[in-house]
Formats: sequence, structure tokens, C-alpha cells
Amino acid sequence: MSWIGKIRRVGRIVEPAQNAPETTIAPPTGVTGSLQLRHVDAGSCNGCELEITGAFSAVYDAERYGARLVASPRHADGLLTTGVVTHNMRQPLLNTFHAVPEPRVVIAVGDCACNGGAFADGYGVVGPVGDVVPVDVEVPGCPPTPQQIITALRKVTGR
Amino acid sequence: MTTALHNSPTVPALGEGARAAPPAGALAWLSGGLTAALGAVGVALGLSVIFGEPRQLRIGWLLPLVGVRLDLDPLGGLFLVATGAVSIAVGIYAVGYAQRERWARFPLAILPLFVAGMLLVPAAGSITTFLVSWELMAAVSLFLVLSEHRREAVRSAGVFYAIMTQLGFASILLALVVLSAAAGGDAFSTISAHVHDLSSGTKTTVFLLTLMGFGSKAGLLPLHAWLPRAHTEAPSPVSALMSAAMVNMGIYGIIRIDLQLLGPGPNWWGLTLMIIGALSAVFGVLQASVATDLKRLLAYSTTENMGLITLSLGAAILLRSSGAPTVAAIALTAALLHLLSHAAFKTLAFLAAGSVLAATGLRDLDKLGGLARRMPVTTVMFGIAALGASGLPLGAGFVSEWLMLQSLIHSPADGNTTLALAMPLSVGAVALTTGLGIAAMVKAFGVGFLARPRSAAAEAAQEAPASMLTGMTLAAAACAVFAVAPALLGPTLRQVLAVLPTVGGHAAGPQLGTFLRLPGVGGSLSPGLLAAALIIAVLLTLGLSRWGARHRPAAAMAPLWASGADTLSSRMQYTATSFAEPLQRVFDNVLRPDIDVEVTHFAESQYLVEKVTFRSRLADPVEQRLYTPVIRAVNAVAEWVRGAHTGSVHLYLAYGATGLLIVLLVTR
Amino acid sequence: MAAALQVVAVLAGAPLVMGGMRQVRARLEGRAGGGIGQPYRDLRKLLRKQQITPQGTTVVFALAPAVAAGSTLLIAAIVPLIALGSPLDSAADLFGVVGLLFLGTVALTLAALDTGTAFGGMGSSREITIAALVEPTILLAVFALSIPAHSANLAAIVSAAMQNPGQVFSPGSVLAFVALVIVTLAETGRLPVDNPSTHLEVTMIHPAMVLEYAGPKLAVVEWASGMRLTVLLALLANLFLPWGVAATDPSALGVLLGLAAITVKVAVLASVLAAGEVFIAKLRLFRVPELLAGSFLLALLAVTASSFLATTTQ
Repeated sequence: MSWIGKIRRVGRIVEPAQNAPETTIAPPTGVTGSLQLRHVDAGSCNGCELEITGAFSAVYDAERYGARLVASPRHADGLLTTGVVTHNMRQPLLNTFHAVPEPRVVIAVGDCACNGGAFADGYGVVGPVGDVVPVDVEVPGCPPTPQQIITALRKVTGR
Repeated sequence: MTTALHNSPTVPALGEGARAAPPAGALAWLSGGLTAALGAVGVALGLSVIFGEPRQLRIGWLLPLVGVRLDLDPLGGLFLVATGAVSIAVGIYAVGYAQRERWARFPLAILPLFVAGMLLVPAAGSITTFLVSWELMAAVSLFLVLSEHRREAVRSAGVFYAIMTQLGFASILLALVVLSAAAGGDAFSTISAHVHDLSSGTKTTVFLLTLMGFGSKAGLLPLHAWLPRAHTEAPSPVSALMSAAMVNMGIYGIIRIDLQLLGPGPNWWGLTLMIIGALSAVFGVLQASVATDLKRLLAYSTTENMGLITLSLGAAILLRSSGAPTVAAIALTAALLHLLSHAAFKTLAFLAAGSVLAATGLRDLDKLGGLARRMPVTTVMFGIAALGASGLPLGAGFVSEWLMLQSLIHSPADGNTTLALAMPLSVGAVALTTGLGIAAMVKAFGVGFLARPRSAAAEAAQEAPASMLTGMTLAAAACAVFAVAPALLGPTLRQVLAVLPTVGGHAAGPQLGTFLRLPGVGGSLSPGLLAAALIIAVLLTLGLSRWGARHRPAAAMAPLWASGADTLSSRMQYTATSFAEPLQRVFDNVLRPDIDVEVTHFAESQYLVEKVTFRSRLADPVEQRLYTPVIRAVNAVAEWVRGAHTGSVHLYLAYGATGLLIVLLVTR
Repeated sequence: MAAALQVVAVLAGAPLVMGGMRQVRARLEGRAGGGIGQPYRDLRKLLRKQQITPQGTTVVFALAPAVAAGSTLLIAAIVPLIALGSPLDSAADLFGVVGLLFLGTVALTLAALDTGTAFGGMGSSREITIAALVEPTILLAVFALSIPAHSANLAAIVSAAMQNPGQVFSPGSVLAFVALVIVTLAETGRLPVDNPSTHLEVTMIHPAMVLEYAGPKLAVVEWASGMRLTVLLALLANLFLPWGVAATDPSALGVLLGLAAITVKVAVLASVLAAGEVFIAKLRLFRVPELLAGSFLLALLAVTASSFLATTTQ
């Protein structure tokens, strides 16, 4: 029963919520506070993935703003895309994008996804995410902090 | 499992022998029409007996010494109705099937004879007539099984069927001869009058022998082995007749001889029936749930359902002798109702399977799929049959299984240890059977008919012709009656119950009205109301899901989600084998699958795999353990006896003379 | 009237139960959580999204969510959650209710097979395996419950339990309760049998079946699974602790009391379930049959205990 004690000792570890950011785009369906995302790694170095994990962890808890990662693009409202798009991931990215029911958003996380970043001139690279699918929200940074990612998510959920 | 029937998808399934002599359409019409007409006569006669006076017919000259004696009572009438109804559907179906499949002339011509044999069995009023009609039924069905005798699998099935059905016949013959000798008469009525004089030893002998003979006909464990072979290899209309009508005769025999003539039997008869029934049910459904051959699956499901019926009959005996005639009547009603509903859904299932086989040449579920778009009517028909077989609400088997469970849970609580142990275990067995039955039927329907085609033959499937669809529609209509309006059968079952006083027939049976009520015990069900309410609830949900519809973008069609890849090939689908794999693993100890995994490495490095071969074969474990040693022993004895056969005519004459001498000496 | 209220309560309350359970888990894990209203927002959003029909699917795929939800609603109308004496009570007893439950399961499994995807087939194969193994336990537990009431009709069982409250603590009843709890977990896809919040397709059972559903149909699927959980928890509560269930033809006050009682009971059960889930991990798929075999044994013991106790007291 040490687990119960631990739960009591640790208590709430979540960071206090900051004020809601100004929303730049309206929630896609008009319903605030619900955003399911399918994560697509289009060619990332996994730095952004670590930060995304952080954003959905107990400390930053993106779920309290209504954002959640889901397994199937059919269940999603949009894509959370990281990394510069490589040749091999171009088609899968497009396939995933088209599998998402409308209305849908694309959130590009990290410098690579926004403008190619460090890998912009690589030989295996198609370009930033915006060259392949329309991007609605960009989160700059290499990698962006969980707080930045959460701010971007809140802009879309409106919560 | 391989079913290498046909190579080209464009050539419809046809046996080599059939190709030599394509039958004229006229013969198909004649034979199918005659089959259906005989069926109609059976239904009419059966109903007239159930609701009217018993009928009798004596033809003195037809059989030497005793003559033919037909006595029809409501019990026989019920089986006449069941057999007749199945035959009507099968007869109409056979018209189209015979033309499409180019069924050979001879088997097609004797199809009505098979029905005639099956109609005579329940009508027989004396042991001699019974045995003759039984043998007629068995012999004709053997010829029908051998329709496509050019295929090796068919011949092997034929041998199995011939031996087992004749062994069964010998066992019945012996039993009935003993019975007739002890009771001093040939007619059932005479035996019935003298049954009290029989010693318990005679009764036990007769019970055990008939159980063996009738059990083998009904496909009960351990004498079920012919069933998955013969039902699989016979032409589908014949499979339907055998599986939905002929196996019933085994149950008829048990009811007529063991329950009615010899009853009320002692407790252990009931227990024996319950144990055999439970084992057959669980074993049958387990084999069905891992089978990948559509018709084999259905054949094992027949063993399962006959097992459930036998279990119920056993429960009726046990409950009657424990002083609960009311509950015994429920059990008996459950058995009879299940027999009828099984006849309906199994006819439909085999006919639909035959329609698939005719369209694709495939029975292997691993190669089927995607039929819902190509053969919509057949798919709906099989769906109705599968729903019935799975015992779910709105299915044909639900009400009878419900009655079965009610009879098992309402046993009297009077300190009877046997009941207190037998009933919970039976409920467990019935429940496991239903659970696995659902799995088997979901597999058959979901893998075989839904999804995407797994072979070119399935891709090219085309809907069956009108007469086949008509036959199936009739069976489907019967399924619908069992599913939502079993009330229509109430009067019939009451009449039948009344002639079975030895198992609680005097007690008021369950009332099958709009609400099924069980007199004496609390319990009610209304399948019709339930169906209506469910439809309303589903419509309500559909209505509710329209909420917010005006905010929605237009609905769209999209390719399947392939995890980012471009397409999902149909080989990536789950097959019947993979679908059943978890169950096979769970029941590993019972099923004992024979699995080979062969990994070939590249010559350069053993870390790189060139190919992996996986082979899984599921044999019937009972067959392997029980039959193989027996067959080996018989072969050994035959080998030994062969020593006496030197080929010398003189020696044979000497054998003959010695034999005659012995006979003369003994009978002197 | 009470039956209609039951349907509405289950319909409206199911997302709340889901939200509440997620919130309890979130708080125990030190998170803030999305709030108990989150499922309502998710459902509302899903209902406004585009409907996607995957290519090659048939009417089975299209209708399955409605059958799953409809059968659950029908169960909600039959079972005595708020008051006894539903007009449908004599239309289906506990066996019928179990049958309806399985009808919903089968509808979704067939829909998953209908898509012809690898994950769909995998999910339905696993789901049906578990359903097949769950069935014996459920029916034996029904048997055990019907012994004191001499009937499997729900109103009879519940009113028998009300008249004789001490019977709840009889060995048969306790064993049946444990067996039914395990069955409920398995049938609603909760830990340790299935993990409702996993993202890994290969570990999924129920979620793998519904990977192809989108928008409004997904909303119905999720709603249905919430309602299933709610109805089963409520049924579990009332079969063993029928306190507060209003009698046949209840007054308005009785109905309100009944509603309050069932809300409290379901809230407590759901919280306990959610709290328990924090402490356990998902079982390996092929360990699940062992768990279910255990529950089958408990149910068998429950029946024999009940019937032997019944015989000795007579």
C-alpha cells in the first residue's frame, strides 16, 4: 500500500495553468475545448517528440485544455506534425492528412516543420510541412518547450 | 486446411463425373419438384395428425411375414412436419442448384427417395417397418454423399459414412430385436403394452444399444466422425437435408424408444444423456469455432446443436424422476423447439453455403470474403442463419436456448445432490457452447461474407439463380417465425407433449404466447416485443446521431486507413485461421493443433531470414485417439484372417461345408 | 414512465460517468484532468464532424454503432435502475439482457471485420474470444442470482433482494458479485483486460475494432461504450444493493429518490473502479483467459453454494 502513500505525498504535480492565449484561429468545428490530434513524425530528430511527450505528461497536462493524442486519424481533428518532410514520408503524411475527417487543422511543431530548420538543405528532404499540407498553426523552436506547444494547442482549442 | 476443389474461378464447381453427363433441366425440375411435393405431403400429413386423429396404415403384402405398418401420432407428426418443411425448401433450391452445378443424373433422380425414406421413419409403427425405412434412408443418403465420387475426399467420406451408419444400424437392429423378443411383439403399440414386464437388464441393454445407434445418426460424441466428412463432401442440398432433417431421426429414435416406449427411465439414463449431450455440444462448437472450411464448420455446429437437444432430453428425464414434471416439460419443449429451429437455420445455412460454393467453388473461409457486395441476398440469408445459430436475441435459436436455460435453473431445491451438481455444470456447458457458437458464427459470417475478397474466385462471385434464392427465402421465413413469433408453434408442441407422459408431458408445458410464460416457475420472455423494442431503440439512436448534422461537412468516401501506406492489400486481412487463433490457443489442450514453423535462413548469414513457412493442421482429436487404434486393430485382424484366404477353391468349399455342419449341429 | 426516465438518465449520464472516471484517474496520477464535462465536449464536436465511409464497407459497418447503442438503451429500459415494474420487464429476463449485451458486441465485431483491415480483424478476433469466455460466467452468475428469487426476471431478483437484505452477504451472493465485476470489466473493455486509453494498435481489443469510425458514427460508438459501462455498473449495484429502488407505479418523489440512489451508487462504483485502475497494468492477452477461468470458478462456486444453502435451510 505504499502506492497510496505515494499518491498522497506527491499530490498534484501539474504546473498551474496560465492565462489562456489569444486565439488566432477559431476551433475547427465551433466546439471549444475538444481537440484530438494524430501525431505524424515526418522526419524529425525526435527532439520535438520528447517535448510533445512532456506536454502531455502529468507536469504540463495538455489534457486539461481538451487536447488529446489519438491512435487513428479518423478519430482526430488534425495532425500534430514534427520534423522536416522527407521523401519517404511525403506520401504517408498526405495519406494521413486525407484520412482525417473535415474540418481539420495541421499544427507544425518545431523549426524543421515550420521552415526546414537545420535540415533544410538535406538531400533527402522535400521541405517544411507547409510545402506538403496546409499548416494552420506553427510552433517555432528547436525544440519548442512544452509550454510553447501547449500555448499553440490552446490557441486551437480555445480553452 | 486446403480445399483444392477447382482451379479456375470462371468454371463453376462441377465434379468430373458430372461433366460427363450434364442433366437436362427437366430432370432437375422433376426431381426438385417431387422432393418439394413430398415435403408438402409430409407437412400436411404431420399437421393433420398433430391436430387430428392418429392415422394408421397396414400393407400386409409389402414386407414378408409382418407387412408394413405405419402408425402416425403427434410425435411422429412433428418429425414429419420438420422433415417435410426442410424438403420443400431444399427441393425448390435443388432445381436451380442441379442446373448450375450440373449435378449428375443418378443422385439427382434419387433425391426424392431420400426424402421418402426420412418421412417413413417417423411414420413407422412397427420395428420391421422402422428398420426398413431407416435402412432406405441410410442407403440412399450414401449414394447422395457419393455424388461427386471422382474426388478422393468424397470417396473417403463415403467409406466413413457407410461404415459408421451401418454400425449404427446394426446397433439399433440388435437393440430392437432384443426389445421385440422381450416384449413379444413387433408393433410399437404391442411393445408399449408389455413394457412393464421387461426386466431392467433388458431395458438397460436396449437403452445403451439404441443410444449408440441413434447417437451415431445424430452425430453425438464419440460417434460423430462421419458428420464433418459426409456433410462437407456431399452436394449442399444433400448436406442441408442430412444436417437439418436426417440427424433429427437420431433424436426421434431416442425420444420414441428410450423416452416414450421404455420411459420413465432411471436417473442415470438422464445423466448419461446429459453428459453425452454436454460433451457433444462443447466439443462440436469448439471444433466449429476453429474450423476454416465453411461446411465443416456447419457440420460441427450440427453436432453442437444435437448435443444441446440431447442435454435437454436428459435433463427432462432427470427432472421428471426428481419430481419436477413441470420443469421437465419445459426441458422437453426446449428440446423439441430447438430441434425445429435448428432444422430451419441449418437448412438455410447449408443452402447459403451451397450457393457460395456454386458461385466461387470455395468452401475455405481463408479464401472467401467480400461476398456481401457480390451476393447480397445470399449474404443476408447466411446472416439470418448465423444469427439463429449463435443463439442471440432476434435469432431463431434464442427462444429454445432460453427455455433450455430456464429448465436448468429451475430444478427443485430439495437436497438432491445430483441435481445440485448436474444443473450448474449443464448451465456452464450450455453457456460455453453459446459463447463459442457466437465466435464460430461471427467468424463464418464476418470472414466469409464481409470484408474484402481474399481470392480471385471470391472476387468473381455472382448471385445465385432465382430458384435457389426462393428455397433460401422459405427457410429464412421459418427462421423469422422461430425468432419473433414462436407462439405460432405453441399448439403444435402442446399436442406433441401430450403423447409423452413419461417425461412430464401431462404437466402444463410452457405457454408460448406473445409472452412466453412458464407455469409454476417465474420466468417470461417476449421475443416479438423485444425485437420491436430493439428496432425502435436503434431508430432512436439513428435519429439522435443526426444531432448537429447541419454543422457537418458533406459526407465522404475514403480509402481504408492503411497506417500511412497507400493501400491495404486484401492479404493483410485477418483470415478465419487467424481469427480463431486466440481461441485455438486458449483451448490448446483440447484441440491439440499440429503446428510446424519452418524458418529458412540465407546461406550468407543466419541472422537474415529468407522465408518462414507456417503450417497449422487441426485434426479431430477424438478421431485420432479413439478411431485410429480401432481402425488399426481391425486392420490387424483383417490381415490375420487374410491368412485363411489362399485362393484355393477346394479350401473355400471345405470352409463352407464346415460352416454348414456347425450350423446344423447347433440348430439340431 | 420510470423506464423512459431510465433511458434518458443513461443516455445523458453515460458521458458523465466516463468523464468522472477519467477525472478520478487524472487526480490520482497528479494531473489536473480535462474535467468531468470533457466527454460531452468530445461528443458534441464529433457530431459536427464529417462522416467518412471507408471504401468497401457495407451496411453492417454503417448500422453497427446504432445496434450497439440501441441494444444498450433497450437494456436500460428493461432493468430496474430507478424503479421496478418496467413495462418491458416481462419481455426479457436477465438471460435476455445478456443476449442483448452480446448482440451489441457482435454488431461491432462484424463491423470491424467488414472493414477488411488488419487491425479490425485483430480487434474483433480478440473481442469475440473474450466474449465467448465471459458468457459461461455471466450465465452462471445469473443462475446464482435467480436461486433466491426463483426467477431470472430482474424485477423478481431485485425485489427478492430488497425483501431480504441480509442475503447480500451470503457466500453465493458475494461470489457471484465478484464474478460479475470481472465480467463487467471484460465486457466494457476496462483494465486489466483492455486499456481504453492506449495508442498502440497491437495491444488494443475494443479500440482496434473502431479505428475506422469517424465523426458522428464514432460519437455513437463512444456513447454506446459509455452507456454499456453505466448500465452494467447500475445493474451490478441494483442486483446486490437494491436500496432506494422505487416500487412499481412509483410516486414522483419515489422516482426522484430512485434516481438519486442510483446516481450515488454508480458514482461510487465508477470511482472505485477508476481508482483501482491506477494500481493495475493491462494483462497480457493470453493471461486474460486465466482471469476469466477464475471468475467462472467463482460463479460455479456461487451457484453450488446458493443451491446447497437453499437446500439446507428448507
